[in-house]
Amino acid sequence: MKYLHLVIAALTRRKARTAFTLVSIIAAFLLFGLLNAVRVAFSGGSDTLAGNERLVVASRFSIMTGLPQSLQARIAAIPGVKAVGHQNWFGGVYQDPKNFVLSFAVDENYLDTNPDIVLTPEQRKAFAETRDGALVGKALAERYGWKVGQKVPLISQIFPRKDGDMTWPFTIVGIYDVTPDAPNGADQMFFLHWKYFDEGNQYGQHEVGWYVVQLSDPADADRVAQAIDALSANSDHETKTQTANAFNASFAKQLGNIGLIVTAIVGAVFFTLILLTGNTMAQAVRERIPELAVLKTIGFSNRSVLGLVLAEAVLMLLVGGILGMLLATAVVPALGKGSGGMIQLPQLGIRDWIEGLVLMILIGVVVGVLPALRGMRLRIVDALAGR
Amino acid sequence: MKKFLSGLLLFLIVIVWLVVWTALPWFLILALTVLLALWLGLTRGGRRTLSVTRVGLSTLGARLGSTAVIVVGIAGVVGVLVALLAMGEGLSATLKQTGSDQTAIVLRGGAGGEANSVLTRDQIDVIAQAPGVAKGANGQPIASAEIAVITNIPKKSDPGSDANVSLRGVGEAAWTVWPNVHIVEGRKFQPGLRELVVGRAAQQQFVGLGLGQQLKLSGQEWTIVGVFESGDAHASELWGDEKSVASAYRRGSSAQSVTVQLTSPAAFDAFKAALTSDPRLRVDVDTTRAFYGKQSEGFTKVIRVVGITIGVIMAIGAIFGALNTMYAAVATRAREIATLRAIGFRGLPVVVSVLLETMLLALLGGALGAAIVWLVFNGYTASTLGGNFSQVVFEFRVTPKLIWTGIKWALAIGFVGGLFPAMRAARLPVTTALREL
Repeated sequence: MKYLHLVIAALTRRKARTAFTLVSIIAAFLLFGLLNAVRVAFSGGSDTLAGNERLVVASRFSIMTGLPQSLQARIAAIPGVKAVGHQNWFGGVYQDPKNFVLSFAVDENYLDTNPDIVLTPEQRKAFAETRDGALVGKALAERYGWKVGQKVPLISQIFPRKDGDMTWPFTIVGIYDVTPDAPNGADQMFFLHWKYFDEGNQYGQHEVGWYVVQLSDPADADRVAQAIDALSANSDHETKTQTANAFNASFAKQLGNIGLIVTAIVGAVFFTLILLTGNTMAQAVRERIPELAVLKTIGFSNRSVLGLVLAEAVLMLLVGGILGMLLATAVVPALGKGSGGMIQLPQLGIRDWIEGLVLMILIGVVVGVLPALRGMRLRIVDALAGR
Repeated sequence: MKKFLSGLLLFLIVIVWLVVWTALPWFLILALTVLLALWLGLTRGGRRTLSVTRVGLSTLGARLGSTAVIVVGIAGVVGVLVALLAMGEGLSATLKQTGSDQTAIVLRGGAGGEANSVLTRDQIDVIAQAPGVAKGANGQPIASAEIAVITNIPKKSDPGSDANVSLRGVGEAAWTVWPNVHIVEGRKFQPGLRELVVGRAAQQQFVGLGLGQQLKLSGQEWTIVGVFESGDAHASELWGDEKSVASAYRRGSSAQSVTVQLTSPAAFDAFKAALTSDPRLRVDVDTTRAFYGKQSEGFTKVIRVVGITIGVIMAIGAIFGALNTMYAAVATRAREIATLRAIGFRGLPVVVSVLLETMLLALLGGALGAAIVWLVFNGYTASTLGGNFSQVVFEFRVTPKLIWTGIKWALAIGFVGGLFPAMRAARLPVTTALREL
């Protein structure tokens, strides 16, 4: 630490060069932050604790195939099941197809199976008592300025009503909050009554989309899942039961291997970055060889010279990297707003920061080590003589 | 103050030039290149520039490391950009090839896609009898009522989890209205039986679709009796008899879409007008080309935005890398440049020679990046969720147009990265530069 001023002096020796290198580092870590957010968004937060306590029961045949409502009571009777609710995809948009609303038709039990949602007893009561009632997430309500009691028409992109109209009127009865560790996007949802949906739907078949099961004990997941699938084995509505985590992950996987694409791009970016900063460091040390020799002459040990150069590289990476990731933090919400809610990127988490910091230090060491070794090994006499 | 203003002016010129540059068609760029070559070869200033450039280039070997920064940095930008765009290009080409102007697809009004559409048997008959529909050899209208259901089949790359694969029930006319589709192995399915033919791309991408294999769909056993090739979106599908699929999926006599062969592309307007004015129907009519073209639009747009955003951020990094390298190069050659100017060389040859050097390196980087992507990704097979919420298998297509885009980006990066160091080289007072070092 006592040599910090020396490191800083070395970095400010050629301000333009340091500034240019910093911009490159900032660009690299801005991309790292953004792409990490994309990757997390597509893996659907698929490693949550709550996701292991919940099972999703969907048709084995395809996601478009519904399940009979009669299954609900039979699933609820299985030991180890705490609550069973069901959901249907509604596919709503508000006013314009660009304003996509993540909307689901649910039964009242569903609210017990979703631990992310925080509701007051009054809100639940209001939802239960209003036929066309809707519960909306806080972020969603803010986006469109919705208030409790307001009438909101949603256009379903899939389901026409009995008269062929695609517009469904709703009354907002509650704006819900989410728990602090809820996954990204949990406060963006719109819940409506399955009954209202099923009765008003032109193609109403009294079917539910999928069931969500809350387990008493997550360790029981495999046994309960098998018991649920056994209920409908060899029938015309066979089910496939998996944890909510696995269910979400399988959706993301269908889009493509986002993780691989992200890793490949970040790999290319960092490879270039290593080359670029490595070259800068080599230049910086080459220029300063006489100075390093002077340092050694006045008693700096080989090791402290090595440390000085390494510290210079790591410090440069840290400053640029942290600035880049802060920039990513600022850009992520802007992207969400700019896309009208279609893209919901999560904010950078602790894990991203730790990964980022480790990468900064690692790259710093990698690019610093060769010049640092050169500085350490130089012979004072040769260096001072300019040989 | 004057220095600041001239810097600002230079910056603005660069921005304007970049905007113009991205919009320039290839023949204008070719013309510019020819002009530059003529100037270099024929005028005095040009020949001087050439000799200065030659000196600069001959020192490249001595600073291999910093030269590599420009080449590899730009190769990285161009590689990522071209790879992403090739992905969008591949999917869009697969979808666009599916349709033609001579076939039209009819869906329920407002359905938007096949998944949400339902047509009753009465409606199907009305549609088939509409004017403009071509008649087959037996005098029957060529119309294929189709059902597209989604089935769960795991991908070979990830056998643990299911993917949505489209199972299409088609009528006899399907072989006519989808002329791209032809059997390459085995035979066609027989109507009324639970037999399937599978697309070549689907067979390569998903588990258990070999010829003769049994497949369990909707709780029933189906036999795969043939493999078809189409080179379009249908190659990602499984095809079976419409009636068999409808009964397996309890669809009764309804279908989801009707695709008809038109007597000519010009007959489309009359066909559409007849259906939309028919009080018995409430349907959407599109040519299949327009229908599949629309499906590719959203995805292509997303890929373009993502690709260009990532490309721009990477380009900024690469520009500053190039600036660093070229400033260093100019600094090491400061005395030499000053000497040239002292013996009478003007500023212009110096500026142009530094620019030329950077842009040559950039061109090398761009070509390298594009070549690597072409070698690795051209024809690379991938799949994603398409418009019908089912998997569409496509190949990356690294087209000459995309490579050209990449090269243009590379040259733009080289231009910006070289311009400022070049200006500095030309402006440095001769006396200061000579005294340096």
